[in-house]
Amino acid sequence: MSVAKPLPHDAAALHVTGAARYVDDIPTPAGCLHLAFGLSAQAAGEITKLDVTAVRKAPGVVEVLTADELERDADCSPSNHDEPLLAVKNVHYAGQPLFMVIAKSHHAARFAARQAVVEIAATTPILTVEAALAADSRFEDGPRIYTKGDPDRALPDAPHRLQGQITLGGQEHFYLEGQAALSLPQEGGDMVVHSSTQHPTEIQHKVAHALGAPMHAVRVETRRMGGGFGGKESQGNALAIATALAAARTGRPCKMRYDRDDDMIVTGKRHDFRIDYDVGFDGTGRITALEFTHYTRCGWAMDLSLPVADRAMLHADNAYHLEHIRITSHRLRTNMQSATAFRGFGGPQGMMGIERVMDHIAQALGCDPLAVRRANYYADGDKSQTTPYAQPVKDCIINALTDKLEQSTGYAERRAAIAEWNAGQPILKRGIALTPVKFGISFTLTHLNQAGALVHVYQDGSVHLNHGGTEMGQGLFQKVAQIAADRFGVPVEAIKITATDTGKVPNTSATAASSGTDLNGMAVQIACDEIRERITAHLGERYQTRDITFAEGKVQVGGEVLSFAEAAQSAYENRISLSAAGFYKTPDIQWDRIKGAGQPFFYFAYGAACTEVVIDTLTGENRILRTDILHDAGASLNPAIDIGQIEGGYVQGAGWLTTEELVWDDAGVLRTHAPSTYKIPAFSDRPPVFNVALWDKPNPAQTVYRSKAVGEPPFMLGISAFMALSDAVSACGPGWGDLQAPATAEAVLAAVQRARA
Amino acid sequence: MDISFLLNGEPVSLRDVRPTATLLDWLRDTRGLTGTKEGCNEGDCGACTVMVSDNTGTRTLNACILFLPQLQGLHVTTVEGLSAPDGTLHPVQQALIDHHGSQCGFCTPGFAVSMACAHLQGATDDDTQLAGNLCRCTGYAPIARAAETARNQAVPPHLRSLAKTLPAPPKSQKPDLTLSTFRPATADALAAWYAANPDATLIAGATDVGLWITKDFRALGKVAFLNGCSDLQGVVEGEKDIHIGSMTTIAAVESALRPHHPHLSDMLLRYGSTQVRNAATLGGNIANGSPIGDSPPALIALNATLHLRHGDTRRSLPLEDFFIAYGKQDRAPGEFVEAITLPRQLDTLRCYKLSKRFDQDISAVCGCMAITRDGDTITDARIAFGGMAGTPARAAHAEAKLVGQPFDASSFAAAAAALPQDFTPMTDMRASAAYRMQAAQNMILRYFHEADGAMTDLRQVTA
Repeated sequence: MSVAKPLPHDAAALHVTGAARYVDDIPTPAGCLHLAFGLSAQAAGEITKLDVTAVRKAPGVVEVLTADELERDADCSPSNHDEPLLAVKNVHYAGQPLFMVIAKSHHAARFAARQAVVEIAATTPILTVEAALAADSRFEDGPRIYTKGDPDRALPDAPHRLQGQITLGGQEHFYLEGQAALSLPQEGGDMVVHSSTQHPTEIQHKVAHALGAPMHAVRVETRRMGGGFGGKESQGNALAIATALAAARTGRPCKMRYDRDDDMIVTGKRHDFRIDYDVGFDGTGRITALEFTHYTRCGWAMDLSLPVADRAMLHADNAYHLEHIRITSHRLRTNMQSATAFRGFGGPQGMMGIERVMDHIAQALGCDPLAVRRANYYADGDKSQTTPYAQPVKDCIINALTDKLEQSTGYAERRAAIAEWNAGQPILKRGIALTPVKFGISFTLTHLNQAGALVHVYQDGSVHLNHGGTEMGQGLFQKVAQIAADRFGVPVEAIKITATDTGKVPNTSATAASSGTDLNGMAVQIACDEIRERITAHLGERYQTRDITFAEGKVQVGGEVLSFAEAAQSAYENRISLSAAGFYKTPDIQWDRIKGAGQPFFYFAYGAACTEVVIDTLTGENRILRTDILHDAGASLNPAIDIGQIEGGYVQGAGWLTTEELVWDDAGVLRTHAPSTYKIPAFSDRPPVFNVALWDKPNPAQTVYRSKAVGEPPFMLGISAFMALSDAVSACGPGWGDLQAPATAEAVLAAVQRARA
Repeated sequence: MDISFLLNGEPVSLRDVRPTATLLDWLRDTRGLTGTKEGCNEGDCGACTVMVSDNTGTRTLNACILFLPQLQGLHVTTVEGLSAPDGTLHPVQQALIDHHGSQCGFCTPGFAVSMACAHLQGATDDDTQLAGNLCRCTGYAPIARAAETARNQAVPPHLRSLAKTLPAPPKSQKPDLTLSTFRPATADALAAWYAANPDATLIAGATDVGLWITKDFRALGKVAFLNGCSDLQGVVEGEKDIHIGSMTTIAAVESALRPHHPHLSDMLLRYGSTQVRNAATLGGNIANGSPIGDSPPALIALNATLHLRHGDTRRSLPLEDFFIAYGKQDRAPGEFVEAITLPRQLDTLRCYKLSKRFDQDISAVCGCMAITRDGDTITDARIAFGGMAGTPARAAHAEAKLVGQPFDASSFAAAAAALPQDFTPMTDMRASAAYRMQAAQNMILRYFHEADGAMTDLRQVTA
């Protein structure tokens, strides 16, 4: 069995030696040209002058293109055809590409891009939620509203009632490898594109459109990304399109990679949110009615904002059974980078709303927030309880999972010890929180829940594996290779993992929504089984037996033992096809996003985290002291890889809610556009005590090897860090601290003062 | 400019090097060694970390802001040079694999180099050694486990004598005053050349100047690389003062001052990262005049004297007088920082660095205070802040509320209350003006609480 083993990432040896190739490492043919964009310094206005004379004259420049000089419409949007590659007449955010430079070197292109004379008749940019609402600047006609029960009647009837608001900052992906693409012109106008993308098919589609060619003329290859996190689902389109257009025009290979500052200034980030709430509850903290209003700044273009905002609504309940609830979602159009996919895809924001409500109720009632959370949990094993969007929660394990984590962490004893410690400390205060995660698995756009695979067995018994998923570090390729090895009963070394390639598997979905393994793993299993069955049929006929098994690199055929290579050779010589395409689509899902009803998710992934922190009440500085996590990855395909996703997801989630702060100035210019000013967690920010365990029980849903998706759900375990900070703030005084996110030192100190007021 | 150095054990001689060509670009674009990655191009992510050795030892540097002329005579080891010639992985590389320390793998070469360097030095303070390497995938836990595992394994033979095979350093030179790119070997040569070329840019560690090139495409004109001036490096402890050469790296200052002012050294461990501290110099941190450099407030609190030199003319002034206004220092054209001296003194210094992230972050406020008392009476107070004004500056009004007063809560409260008379801080992406003021006031209170025995340091707390 190669599945369920904690094998290293398939490229680990290449990573540690520097031999793993990313797009910018691919040796380029002679004459390769390099691109850079010239960017708008204004957030909104009309371009009155775009003089690129000096750009053209800069050293090493081959060509400069503005929108006027493009032969046809070149659009980068994954959804709405509203993102011209280069600004047409008007600019919509500070950082929008205005023109592109094609030069002999990366540096020459970047230097030249600074030399344009640009005049923009600036208009007042729409930057805030309030300004967008006032201008009715939004996507879709009005807010989306999902309702369950009768909150209008239940709210006034509630024994207790609270209103509040929380702001949630956006988040820069900060994949270590910036966006990059390399286009290689082929004969007859065809194009090969190497792209650092989670979505090769989208790159193919957009490049073909920009070239005015059918999709068959474009082949996109992605071996690996240096991190994606959602930031390479649509944000690589511009570079791929630009290089393809330049390559077609010049007949030379063209490469583009964003310098880090450009990357942060040009590309979209996680959606920031303001969530208003009005909650009714009883004396035990049990919620009787709840109203959420989400306001999210989507930026200038639609991108993936609608499904992101939908998913925020779909996670407004997190792990809590709510009888009477309304969720209203405003998707606001603002003059900023177009917010995009980011691990969790709105789910984290939606969950933060309800977790904040739990905290606020606990503070109002003066009880342990975990008791309030438990009072509202969906029941384990009660298949009648439904989400606010009418999907029954059939697989709930959150109570049992919380029990186990509460015990293993000594939560109750530590909570008491912390309270005692805090009483004796004038300056430092500790806090602890245990928060749950329930995350829905499937693309909410139902048709995306499909995947393909292509598997070849060669006559020497070696196996070529290909599927539509992309590798961004999450270990997808390794997990899927383990599946393939298991189906053929061969060691995983017999499987050759190959780059994602639109020429091998067509019409793929983005590697997103945590679905990579669920979808592609199943497609690969189907393809492998198809080949194995053909070999079995052949050997059965040849040896006149039905007793054929594949294990440990051997094929047992009745009393005979063949090596897998001998079996493959025999099949080949008897003219049996040893290549198969696999195809899989997720069963049992349907969803009406306008009504907000249906079964958008195939199943839910669960987890819980307990975090302890300490804060400094003089400055608001804070540290995580300990984190314990129990997470449900189903029957894990590779526990080491799954734990890696959990540890990394947690730290990334905690970073979102603490040190990672995006700051735009009053003119709409992003001021935090490099790691010097935007602070992702560093080495010492990891919890000094960090215990991660897997729930490790099979998924009741029929997923591949009964595993569960693990890419996004652990991100939301980071919420426990924020709630622990909130708990520490509560130790400072009787007032409601009302901690806002990100909980920078400044935000924590402000909350401390409110608690003391 | 012509340069010779060793690359992974092999001699390299380059002719007519563009002085501002970076090692990273040369490795990737010219040598085809693409294992060293560009993550940020400003020295903040560590994906481009390389090891550099000379006869004083081996240290890590960020290749993205390291100009080729800075490498003269040194030995550069890249990720490609970590494995043994027969392909055997370095213990940190094997441990990274065994502990699942790579996911996307893009930061991994930089981590491997930083870990190998720490391993070579026998350093075990991973939080410090690896603060300059960002990873977005793993949450660092498996990397920490890998570093721990590799700890007790032997340094591979090929990395044991990195400095011994260096070509001989260039002989001391008579300065050719007409050179537009100059790499002096002595302070005298620098003084003569700079006096003749006062419009030149001096490059010490390039942790700031590097960004002028990689981010701003500034044309520097004439440049001098100072890292060959060994007589500008080092710390000398005299009877009355401690003399620090301007080209002493922050890393060297941190270790040299630890016996005298441990709190300053603790703060310096949060100055940039290991890679940055190995390049950045004390003189550079002062001379560039940043209002948010971390060393000036501490040195001002210690009553430091700055020694400037122009040709053969030298002058000295209190460090606080060097900073005139934002972007303006008391330094004449052709004049350079030769040294800093600190009077020997009883250590009362406390340094409070406040930033969004604990490690490797630029301060929103940096408050440094040395408060002397005789019995219960405060006899002297030197309080200096970075991040509160256009320059690092003393808080004269706050100090005045302390001197002659009892060392108690009310005196410190009065000093804190006086701080708005000293500063009108600004709002930027690091902090609001109001928060800066409040945090700075609370730093003054912290000095008292700490002296009073209260637990005030987050690092003292464990779960």
